[in-house]
Amino acid sequence: MVALGVLALMALASLLAPLYAHDVAHTDPFASNVAGTIMLDGREVDIMQPNDNPLHLGLSPIGPTWRAAYLLGADSQGRDVAARLLYGGRNSLLIAAGAAVLCLLLAGVAGIAAGFLGGVVDTLLSRLMDIMWAVPVYLFAISLSIVMVSQSVRLGPFVLHADSLLIPVFIIALVYVPYAARPIRGRVLALRQAEFVTAARGLGVPVWRIMLRDILPNLATTLVMLGPLVMALALLAESALSFLSLGVQAPQASWGTIIQDGEGLIYTRPMVAIAPGLAIVIVVLALNILGDGLRDALDVRDSGRRAS
Amino acid sequence: MPADPPLLAVRDLCVSFPARGRMVPIVEHVSLDLHAGEIVGLVGESGSGKSVTAMALMGLIDSPGVRVTGSALFRGRELVGMPQRQLRRLRGRDIAMIFQDPMTAFTPVYTIGWQIDEQIRAHEKLSRHAARARTVKLLADMGVPDPAHMAQRYPHQLSGGLRQRAMIAMALSCSPALLIADEPTTALDVTVQAQILELLRRLRGTHGASILLITHDMGVVAQTCARTLVLYSGRMAETGPTEAVFDRPGHPYTAALLDAIPPLYGPRPDRLPAIDGIPPQPADRPAGCAFAPRCGHAHETCLPAPPPPVPIGPGQQAACVLPAEGTPLPPRGPMTECTA
Amino acid sequence: MMAALLRRTGQTVLVLFGVSVLVFGVFFATPGADPTARIAGRNAAPQVMEKVRHEYGFDRPLPVQYAIMMKKLFITRDLASYTNRGQAVVPEIMRAAPVTASLVCGAAVLWVTVSIFMGTLAAAMKDTWVDRGLMMLGLVGISIPVFWLGQVANLVTQSRYHDTWLFSWVPGLGYVPFAQDPLGWFRALVIPWVVLAVMFIGIYSRVLRHDLVALAGEDFMRTARAKGLSPMRVLLRHGLRTSMVTFVSLFGLDFAQLAGGGALLTEVVFGLPGVGRLTYRALTMLDLPVIMATVMYSAIFVVLANAVVDVVYLFLDPRVRDAR
Repeated sequence: MVALGVLALMALASLLAPLYAHDVAHTDPFASNVAGTIMLDGREVDIMQPNDNPLHLGLSPIGPTWRAAYLLGADSQGRDVAARLLYGGRNSLLIAAGAAVLCLLLAGVAGIAAGFLGGVVDTLLSRLMDIMWAVPVYLFAISLSIVMVSQSVRLGPFVLHADSLLIPVFIIALVYVPYAARPIRGRVLALRQAEFVTAARGLGVPVWRIMLRDILPNLATTLVMLGPLVMALALLAESALSFLSLGVQAPQASWGTIIQDGEGLIYTRPMVAIAPGLAIVIVVLALNILGDGLRDALDVRDSGRRAS
Repeated sequence: MPADPPLLAVRDLCVSFPARGRMVPIVEHVSLDLHAGEIVGLVGESGSGKSVTAMALMGLIDSPGVRVTGSALFRGRELVGMPQRQLRRLRGRDIAMIFQDPMTAFTPVYTIGWQIDEQIRAHEKLSRHAARARTVKLLADMGVPDPAHMAQRYPHQLSGGLRQRAMIAMALSCSPALLIADEPTTALDVTVQAQILELLRRLRGTHGASILLITHDMGVVAQTCARTLVLYSGRMAETGPTEAVFDRPGHPYTAALLDAIPPLYGPRPDRLPAIDGIPPQPADRPAGCAFAPRCGHAHETCLPAPPPPVPIGPGQQAACVLPAEGTPLPPRGPMTECTA
Repeated sequence: MMAALLRRTGQTVLVLFGVSVLVFGVFFATPGADPTARIAGRNAAPQVMEKVRHEYGFDRPLPVQYAIMMKKLFITRDLASYTNRGQAVVPEIMRAAPVTASLVCGAAVLWVTVSIFMGTLAAAMKDTWVDRGLMMLGLVGISIPVFWLGQVANLVTQSRYHDTWLFSWVPGLGYVPFAQDPLGWFRALVIPWVVLAVMFIGIYSRVLRHDLVALAGEDFMRTARAKGLSPMRVLLRHGLRTSMVTFVSLFGLDFAQLAGGGALLTEVVFGLPGVGRLTYRALTMLDLPVIMATVMYSAIFVVLANAVVDVVYLFLDPRVRDAR
């Protein structure tokens, strides 16, 4: 329950960012602000400050001010990290949730088709999943990203621009399909043997109707259980892709890109990288706890066996 | 009946599990005596607490919060409340157990021989070689063909009957004084069942083991057990010499169970009489006799409290108000040969 | 058994073929993009474009392109990077492989031992605070992005606390070949090992605990206890040994994925010149031949490792041995 609360809070804070972040930060989180200044203790302070080395060579962005503006300091382009964190979280969460939904949709279709139709369809789909699974997930995602991010992709009438947020959604959903399709297929196989399905077949109910009316509602628990877990994986994958500049493209932000921004500043201004990382850990942990709780609550097999 | 102190004397054994904030009694006030060389049957429907009784005797119940009270003296030593360390030395060496499903009772990744060796070497200082020699001999005693070869096979490679023989061999490997057999034949084919029962009967002579035989099958009891204890919903319904219990059941439940066995001789009824209803859940047992809701003889004296066991014959007791009220059940006539 | 092995080999070959087609497809047959430009690199001269088009057969049908690509990868091994002055890709991968192997093997040893210990301990102390604490720790481990953990580890060991006695032994980022200085090799890799292992420790200890707890309800565990064995022996020899079957199959997959380049993020963060970082460098330069080669290499590695796992399975689980 705590997990759910944390999750809701993070999601709300991030999703509503466009409404309030500007009033708090007073700067544009997407525009460079290297020459900017802010008021601290009544003094005007440069956002880019001279380094502490003896010769004061080079400039470092300001550290955490612990005030509304530049709460967590600035990144190398003088942008407010806290504000970017909120906008970035919005992208990260939207992409992760979108990818999870799309992934479950695809996996659901594949799993139902494989499990219910069986035979050649099952063999083909299962082999396809094996093949996809053989490519390490991140490498697969990277390969797809590099192809799609380097130029726009035209799929029939749809054009995906290289900086579209739909690209990471699509890629992450695709690479985790085998992960989700396997348990769904197993569940469908079990359901197919169930008596109510046998009965429906015996009564001559058409296949598509059995799928929709009998199989799908019973799959709901499996899908609900997988949801948070897939979203947790998707969020991690998104941050990894963005960290490698293959996910969310500048000037848009996501937690992964902010970590990347912070990489160069890790020794001088660690907060730039630490804050988004912590955000990821908290959200993913909450999702995992949620998924765990759902599994315990929904999985009847696990609940107590007792000797007679 | 032998006069020396019994090998196992159970008095007022109660087992309760916590559920939804209160203790639910699963087994209540079970008492039984088992003498050396005797086979005693513990009969009841599934859920009547037979297996829990056996597990409690072995100290194998480890659910959190379980409470076992009463007394169980084994060779004069108290089993209830005995520290696990001491119980462990007893288990497998002095008291051994055979389980219902030989399919799942062996660890799948080791050979049968390895698992029997393991038990021997857990209790006796023996070389690997000597242990294996004994294993092979035991398997041969149990009628396993080609025992040396069988010992090197994995559980899934053996048939159910062979597996149960191996199970018995393992149970007997340290010559235990008491063997608790929990539904040893239920998972087997009828023909194999008969062989295993025959084997168990012979054990008394060859290995000197006393057996507590747990079953739901009155036919099995009739064939093998000198004395019988009938459990209903965690409580003792009736106990006594098998012959007496079968001839003159003192408890309506026993009588109903016996009626449900198809007669081997004479005209067969169109339908076997069945007992209406189902046993009560342990959590909502009635205050009085647990069988009262299903009993044709139930009347108001049955309802306030569970009737205490009353003697109704030599060594026979029934937890029923009928004998005390002077209206005992009619005798059923001499026991006929029953088979499962 | 022989037939089972043969069938498995056949399957492996089929999957290998499928994987190569998939990878080839992703890179060179995506709709609406000219692969020539990708290989030649950004803003390549028209003559280079023409040369590439001819060399890779992009003016010919897809199956021919596929055949040429496979030939360049496996037979002539002269697949070359255009953006990086014609450096051959295959030898480069061979040079990087030992680094990745060092990283992944060390991490694997770490995660297997620690997770077996954690999982078994949690199962043995089921429902106590030790169990809950360990499992929560595992969950946290699963939730941390590895590249971020690596950065934080660097921050702690390289900068903030580098001058304290605790971390003063940590060398700067980079790799030291084992043959050159075994101790240096070890010191350079300890932190990466730990960072890479954290997530897997989380996964494996949780899986193992779940398995062991589920097994505790099994009949054979009850038999083992009824035999008078000590709880320790029941848990380890009967429970853990049976759980190992799942554990090993999981391990085979993950190990292969990592060794095949899945450790990319760790390698990047710690500056280890392994296969993953090779991919990363190619990534920053959009050097398609290199990326495709590394992805192909890793996929093949994974498929082969899976086949090995299946054979190991035969030895671990007697039931599988007979089932085929």
